[in-house]
Amino acid sequence: MKPLETKLRAVRDSGRKALVPYFMAGLTPDWTQHVEAAVHAGADAVEIGIPFSDPMMDGVVIQEAALTSLARGTNLDSICADLAKISVDVPLITMTYFNIFHHYGLERSIGKLTESGIEGAIVPDLSLEESGPWHEISNSYDLANIFLVAPSTNTERAKLLAQASEGFCYASARMAVTGKSSDEGDAAQVVAGIRAGSDIPTYVGIGITTPKQAKDASKIGDGVIVGSALVQLLIDGAGPGKIEEFITSFRLAID
Amino acid sequence: MTDAKTFMQAPDERGRFGEFGGRFVPEALMPACLELEIAFKDAWSDPAFIEEYNTVLRQFAGRPTPVTPLLRLSEKLGINVYAKREDLAHTGSHKINNVVGQTLLTKRMGKTRVIAETGAGQHGVATATAAARLGLECTVYMGEVDTVRQSLNVFRMELLGATVVPVTSGSKTLKDAVNEAMREWVTCVSDTHYCLGSVMGPHPFPWMVREMQSIIGHESSRQLIELGVATPDFVVACVGGGSNAAGIFSGFANTSARLIGVEAAGGAAVKNGSPGVLHGMRSMLIQSEFGQIEEAHSISAGLDYPGIGPEHAYLADAGRAEYYPIGDEVVLDALQLLSELEGIIPALETAHAVAWITREAGKTIPKGSSVLLNLSGRGDKDVAQVRSLLRGE
Ligand SMILES: Cc1ncc(COP(=O)(O)O)c(C=O)c1O
Repeated sequence: MKPLETKLRAVRDSGRKALVPYFMAGLTPDWTQHVEAAVHAGADAVEIGIPFSDPMMDGVVIQEAALTSLARGTNLDSICADLAKISVDVPLITMTYFNIFHHYGLERSIGKLTESGIEGAIVPDLSLEESGPWHEISNSYDLANIFLVAPSTNTERAKLLAQASEGFCYASARMAVTGKSSDEGDAAQVVAGIRAGSDIPTYVGIGITTPKQAKDASKIGDGVIVGSALVQLLIDGAGPGKIEEFITSFRLAID
Repeated sequence: MTDAKTFMQAPDERGRFGEFGGRFVPEALMPACLELEIAFKDAWSDPAFIEEYNTVLRQFAGRPTPVTPLLRLSEKLGINVYAKREDLAHTGSHKINNVVGQTLLTKRMGKTRVIAETGAGQHGVATATAAARLGLECTVYMGEVDTVRQSLNVFRMELLGATVVPVTSGSKTLKDAVNEAMREWVTCVSDTHYCLGSVMGPHPFPWMVREMQSIIGHESSRQLIELGVATPDFVVACVGGGSNAAGIFSGFANTSARLIGVEAAGGAAVKNGSPGVLHGMRSMLIQSEFGQIEEAHSISAGLDYPGIGPEHAYLADAGRAEYYPIGDEVVLDALQLLSELEGIIPALETAHAVAWITREAGKTIPKGSSVLLNLSGRGDKDVAQVRSLLRGE
């Protein structure tokens, strides 16, 4: 079992629902302090987005954050250099699109990420069918691979994806890209599909923007992922204080 | 070709043409891609479907399109140029072939709506046209920059009952329109088919679109024989994503003809690109040192794409087809030349292929060679842009 999964299973075993915020790396010069603030306020793991020019699974908020970060000159090397400045005791997971790693070199990317303290990777456009080479290399580096399961996924595929996932399995709460949503979503069905295949921790994300939504989602899964709502705050210039306040409101909702 | 390999067959079961192609899409779209693959294979081997497709192409789209010997151009260049007249197909370009097939498939899959991306607007207009014919709802995503340079096509789509959504993200051109269409498809995949406009995207699109365009190659091979040309020495087509090129190459892939794809210099993925993953496929892409996709730049909206279809990347890699860039500066000359000598105003996209032939006659193309040009589209959509470029109006 990869170290990430050992840690996230321990969170679940302690009876705690996991809270996983998403940050866009390089969005502001002090972005690593924002990560630290979130952990201080009770995040159990952090997703670190690496900006990509063509984020197919992302809505306008994360698109904007990616472009802003890229305009600041962010790249895989600069992010890894920044990561050295982060001191937190929760796992860091990267999320980005496959071309970033494909272009940098798979082995070189995985080496660099794990050296910088990254324990897991979510690569939404790396389908299960295409993930073989990436998976093979990440196995010798202790990088956990996290797959998404969507409402459109049938039970057979959901099982395969749950079994291929390491660390946690990402239950997409709705048929949507990242961003705001107000509908109820399909998280219950998706989580059930994952649980039929594996007892891996299952976190619900996509479109969770309010503490109330997080609370509902946490009753269905083992944790929740909060992205666009937080990134919007950061785009609007939030500092560590605001971030702690935001994370605390979600923490209270799911505890 | 000296080796016995046959080209332009079906991709392998993972949708690969050699090292290129595949299926790099979010899980939310995987079931739709798998469903589409099954539906396409089933339809394409069903004689009734093929019959319907061919009937619509004949009765509605105006096929077969003729092959025209370009006599005055040939005389000027000292070679024999023949044009496959996709400009005469309904809606003014080859794009209609693909959308007739995909909209019939949409109905067959029980879906009621199509979405599409468009660059120059030709694929959008074609999709809106084919959707109207079948009573399918249609939404077209178009980069905001392109909605301005091709504003008449926006209105044409609206006349045809489609909704046009200007895309304001990224470079606001074709690649961003594809991103937006993919994002939209995630939300509506249960009742909506994504009618992709070129030989790109995740498997089975590159293969399916090539098959639906292969009628261009099959017709022209027959028509050239009637004109006394058993096999042309060159087959030349412009390449955005590469659908008109793939269509015409299909008829000649396993002959001695040299296959030439002409890319816009500002989007020359084969010459200036490297392997990468975008829009669901592994192919050649123009990208930065850290794998960010670069913006293409071209006078023609339809070639403004930083990648190329995966089968073309494979054909280039295998040495079966050659891809050359043509810069904006010679495109207008080529457009004027064809207009004045032959009475055919080509699309700006097509003018790239004309420019390559004009430049290379007597050089890469030896005197006396026979050349089949895919005249992929007519220039009506570009007339306002060309006027302002030539006259500053
Ligand atoms: C007339 C014409 N030719 C060529 C193209 C380029 O597309 P493809 O490379 O898929 O044929 C377009 C695209 O809009 C077009 O309108």
